[in-house]
Amino acid sequence: MLQIKPILAALKRHKAGTILIAMQIALTLAIVCNALFIIQQRVERLSRPSGMNESDVLAITNRWVAVNDKDTASLNKTDVQALRQLPGVADAMATNSFPLRGGGWSTGVNLEPKDEGKPAAQTTLYFVDDHALAVYGSQLIAGRNFTSDEVIVADPKEIKSTPQVIVTKALADKLFPKGDALGKQIYLGGKDVPSSTIIGIVKQLQVPWSGTWANDFVENAMLLPAQLTGTYGIYLIRAKPGQLESIAKNAPETLLKTNRMRVISGDRAVRTYEKVREDAYKNDRGMAILMGVICLILLAITAAGIVGLTSFWVGQRRKQIGVRRALGATRRDILSYFLTENLMIGIAGVVIGAGLAVGLNLWMVTQFEMARLSVMYVLVGVVALLLLGQAAVLAPAMRASKVQPVEATRSV
Amino acid sequence: MFAYYFQLGLRSLRKNPLLTALMVMAIGFGVAASMTTYSVFRATSNNPIPQKSSQLFVPQIDNWGPEDAQRNKGEPPQAMSYTDAIALMRDHRAKRQTALYPAGLSIVPADANQLPFRENTYGVYADAFAMFDIPFRYGGGWTAAEDGSRAAVAVIGKDLNDKLFHGENSVGREINLDGRSYRITGVMDHWDPQPLFFDAVNTGGFDDATQLFVPFTRMIELKVATNGNNNCNKDPGQGWDNWLHSECVWLGFWAELATKSEADAYRSYLTGYAAEQQRAGRFRWAPNVRLRNVVEWLDFQQVVPPEAKISLLVALGFLVICLVNTIGLLLAKFMRRSSEIGVRRALGASRREIYAQFLMEAGAVGLAGGLLGLVLTGVGVYGISLIFDPQVARLATLDVPLVLLTLLVAILSTVIAAFYPTWRAAQVQPAWQLKSN
Repeated sequence: MLQIKPILAALKRHKAGTILIAMQIALTLAIVCNALFIIQQRVERLSRPSGMNESDVLAITNRWVAVNDKDTASLNKTDVQALRQLPGVADAMATNSFPLRGGGWSTGVNLEPKDEGKPAAQTTLYFVDDHALAVYGSQLIAGRNFTSDEVIVADPKEIKSTPQVIVTKALADKLFPKGDALGKQIYLGGKDVPSSTIIGIVKQLQVPWSGTWANDFVENAMLLPAQLTGTYGIYLIRAKPGQLESIAKNAPETLLKTNRMRVISGDRAVRTYEKVREDAYKNDRGMAILMGVICLILLAITAAGIVGLTSFWVGQRRKQIGVRRALGATRRDILSYFLTENLMIGIAGVVIGAGLAVGLNLWMVTQFEMARLSVMYVLVGVVALLLLGQAAVLAPAMRASKVQPVEATRSV
Repeated sequence: MFAYYFQLGLRSLRKNPLLTALMVMAIGFGVAASMTTYSVFRATSNNPIPQKSSQLFVPQIDNWGPEDAQRNKGEPPQAMSYTDAIALMRDHRAKRQTALYPAGLSIVPADANQLPFRENTYGVYADAFAMFDIPFRYGGGWTAAEDGSRAAVAVIGKDLNDKLFHGENSVGREINLDGRSYRITGVMDHWDPQPLFFDAVNTGGFDDATQLFVPFTRMIELKVATNGNNNCNKDPGQGWDNWLHSECVWLGFWAELATKSEADAYRSYLTGYAAEQQRAGRFRWAPNVRLRNVVEWLDFQQVVPPEAKISLLVALGFLVICLVNTIGLLLAKFMRRSSEIGVRRALGASRREIYAQFLMEAGAVGLAGGLLGLVLTGVGVYGISLIFDPQVARLATLDVPLVLLTLLVAILSTVIAAFYPTWRAAQVQPAWQLKSN
């Protein structure tokens, strides 16, 4: 192994090739580290739980045509009843939004009436009825569900709060870190808005948004027992196991049969929850796949480059290898010479590359909403690239070790 | 000579098929990755209305005060309140202007067997058609007088006209919107600016083409709420009228200002307007206004998705690595032929001729890489449509400029990469090579 000095001497005569390989390793490391990091962040985001039991859920977006806002309450009620009676439907409700839907309400919550300034917590509001927990398929971890007579009908422009609310554990913990949220009063506005009592705590429910801006309050959700009037609404349906497909077809048909002056069209009008999740994280997944493909190709190209240049070097040095073999060097010595040489270039490359990787990440942090690269990624990248280099150099080095001592005497 | 060198190049490439294949693949993949991501970037950073982008402006007026602006880097709200939009419309300081908002109307077909449906609909003023250079197939926009009388008129898109009237000239006919009848004054030709600049706030810049325009004034009279964002810094109070006259922001506003001096005049008018509001006691802060043209506005709205920017960057890095790789491989390839170069030099070839020969060879590699890259870009663009938001992905297409650019980038970058190896090849000393053999 103590061949470092002669290797250095040899590399000095191949400055250009050495620098090119080192540079390629450095750049590859910089990009692969950041790409892996982006992949990990995206995958982490898109595997966040919604808090719902996601199988067998269907969402239908409905818009009434040519009706007064006031009249929509009874129309919605008729719809929900029709949906609940549909064979294959376990439960259904009308709501304003649901986890990962893409749009919804968000507001500040306080422990005392407050109009301005920073709220104690940010939360999304889901206006639901007493069937909500059954439709979500999620459980209360404390308190009780709404009763049917607590559910009110309200104009979305006028409703500010309801006397009872159910909150997620994340929101409860944020507002009451001591864990005694149940039964406490909270405020969704100023002095003229009556307080709300937390009557139940649900384990988990995500906000409607998948974007990074909602990262700070991704699990802060509040359920309010109110049915909103207005021409726009959503029906969330839980099908009985195995019935989702037929419900996806029957439910819109049933609604149109009940009343045809409505619009249920467009590719987002009727979605299974699987589709909702896919839509919400389409770009995150796309980015992860793109980065993954780029990483793989990049590593392949770098490996190919190392194979190419090393083969050239081996070809160039056949005579010298022959001389060394004739002077008593074993095949192992020759093999380890090329492996060590590659390792040295590789180390130089990864040292520069680690710096570049961190630099690139720091720059991306300032340009885009990105987190700081963790050292683990750089370390994994370093090890991966050194191994890749050793693997790539193996074939040409084996060929070099097979050079016969007799070659030293040829063509002189 | 040119043809001869090209032939020599091809022959030499054939001699080392593995090395050649490696180079061609490196260039092909590198170019394809950058071109694929560039196609997305190009689509999202497109100037949607190049002939007028420097004449159309979005004014912003701070009606929320410094406390809210501070959270937004000092920027006024991105949309306008009804109070301010109407004041700007009334003052009429620009050549043309319009307030606008997406209206949630449904179209009720005359044929009772067809179900109601929705299209993207905007409430605008009559000026909008001339301002945005909207092309008409039949008829035209409504008049300013019809704005004033809150007339029940509408302009429909080509696709909607095809759907409702089978593509016939429907000017003068009626369309039923939410149970009310509107007279059609014009049918647009295909008009789908990308990004959708006039309502980047609500659409993020990408949405289906707008198929229906109705008078803003009529929508307000019918109390049609916005289908887009409505942001309030405090409780607007109950009912439509309170909301309309609140500080809630929900309207887009565009002004056409032909020259820089007109734009400057409008900017000082905005400042003056805000100062007047301050004097009247409505604003308790100094004027904070902005005036941005189309390009500045789209930039400010960050219409180019960060995904597109990051992947473009990564792909450029990718191209650089592929080129470094190519430099190394070309170096290996050229230096292997030192003796050949020595012989040629000894027989009288000048350095210049060596340069020409080897750059030509590199060019051939670049061309081959470009062709491979073209195929891979096609695959990549198709792949983009599978993995990205369809509203953006459908804009990423492999068209003639992209094909030419792909080939150009491939050849040019390979030739640039070949400079160093070629220089080394030209430095070969003939005597030295001849001696050692």
